Amino acid sequence: MSLVAENLTVTRGYRTVFTGLGFAVPEGGALILAGANGAGKSTLLRILAGLLPVETGEVRLGDVSLRAERGDFIDQVLHTGHLDALKPAFTAWETLAFQADLYGASRKRIAGALEALDLGFLADQPVRVLSAGQKRRLGLARLALVERPLWLLDEPTVSLDARSAARVAQMAREHCAGGGMVVAATHIDLGIEAAAKLDPAAFASGEAVGLPVRDNAVLDGEAW
Amino acid sequence: MTPFLAIIRRDLAIAFRTGGGGALGVAFFVIAATLVPFGVGPVPELLARIAPGMLWIAALLACLLTLDRLFQADVEDGSMDVLALSPLPLELVVLGKCIAHWLTTGLPLLLAAPVMALTLGLPEGAYPAMIASLALGTPALSLIGAIGAALTAGMRRGGVLTAVLVLPLYVPTLILGALAVNASAMDLPAAPYLMLSGAITLAALPLAPFVAAAALRLAIR
Repeated sequence: MSLVAENLTVTRGYRTVFTGLGFAVPEGGALILAGANGAGKSTLLRILAGLLPVETGEVRLGDVSLRAERGDFIDQVLHTGHLDALKPAFTAWETLAFQADLYGASRKRIAGALEALDLGFLADQPVRVLSAGQKRRLGLARLALVERPLWLLDEPTVSLDARSAARVAQMAREHCAGGGMVVAATHIDLGIEAAAKLDPAAFASGEAVGLPVRDNAVLDGEAW
Repeated sequence: MTPFLAIIRRDLAIAFRTGGGGALGVAFFVIAATLVPFGVGPVPELLARIAPGMLWIAALLACLLTLDRLFQADVEDGSMDVLALSPLPLELVVLGKCIAHWLTTGLPLLLAAPVMALTLGLPEGAYPAMIASLALGTPALSLIGAIGAALTAGMRRGGVLTAVLVLPLYVPTLILGALAVNASAMDLPAAPYLMLSGAITLAALPLAPFVAAAALRLAIR
């Protein structure tokens, strides 16, 4: 199974954010979205998650088309955004228990998911007393809780210390090693050797339309 | 636990723990109904005459008061993305949240209504019709209200707009509910009004979640 996007165009407000954007991520591969603020990294991730409509072009995960079979597509995807989707009144454990129920994962995985992000000792603490970094980790714990082949990570390491960031990078590496795929907007090195880089800003003008889609293509050589 | 029940349970837990949610609507209802005799004057005949309408207006406004946070809080903290990407269709997410809203708003009103009816001197014979009209009508308030709440979910301070959008849609429920209680107070059959009131709820049950879900998809773009 691989993730292929072709000829994506997005307009936000009256501005064309990018046009003719395409890429391919092979099984076990990763795509790192680099680029300046406003380049369209988050927008691209939200399109891939099915939260924004595919205006032009197509996204396919294996044989499943995001346009034609959105429901089947998003059942393969986990998206973590800027916001951690936490309720202050719930404990860390309850937060994951609800997500497990909602996503049809076993509650037996909760303890493991908390441990994966070093949150085991905070399981019974209400979210409101957690620090910003701990909240961020709890927001990411869904990755360890629910098994989905495609991870879409939007700045996953913001407000994390070096150790936690390394832990997230390791989770991403293990996910890829297990045949999963990661598309991440991040400024840290996840350490995935096969990772390609993409700057949506390269597709900001119409000139980029028709760029060939290649496996693992490094579409942007710029340092990030 | 099924995803659908998980959503209802989650919203109930949030309402109970953060307070307000469950108590706010019913507190408003009690305050509004209590103030009527002070404003209108201690004339039992007059109070008994306006009691059905006053109870229903108070119930409607109490429901409206709790609506604007129905989806807004989830949109603001990113929870709506998690809900929208879950295997459960967004329409059922909305329905689950409406049920939780009714359990924390409509149901407490049902329980408080007899006490308030006593304060206003509603004729004894009209109590069953009042309970029945609220039981049949308030679910429609939660469901129709969800449409307005979803349309304004992406805005700050959307409360006024929610009210403007929703109030016209509430009018049939208000008229039929008050008419049922009025008819019963005058020893006339309340059944026709109750049935029409129930019909609105039954129509809103499948329709409102679709409309609200479509509005929510726009709100999280």
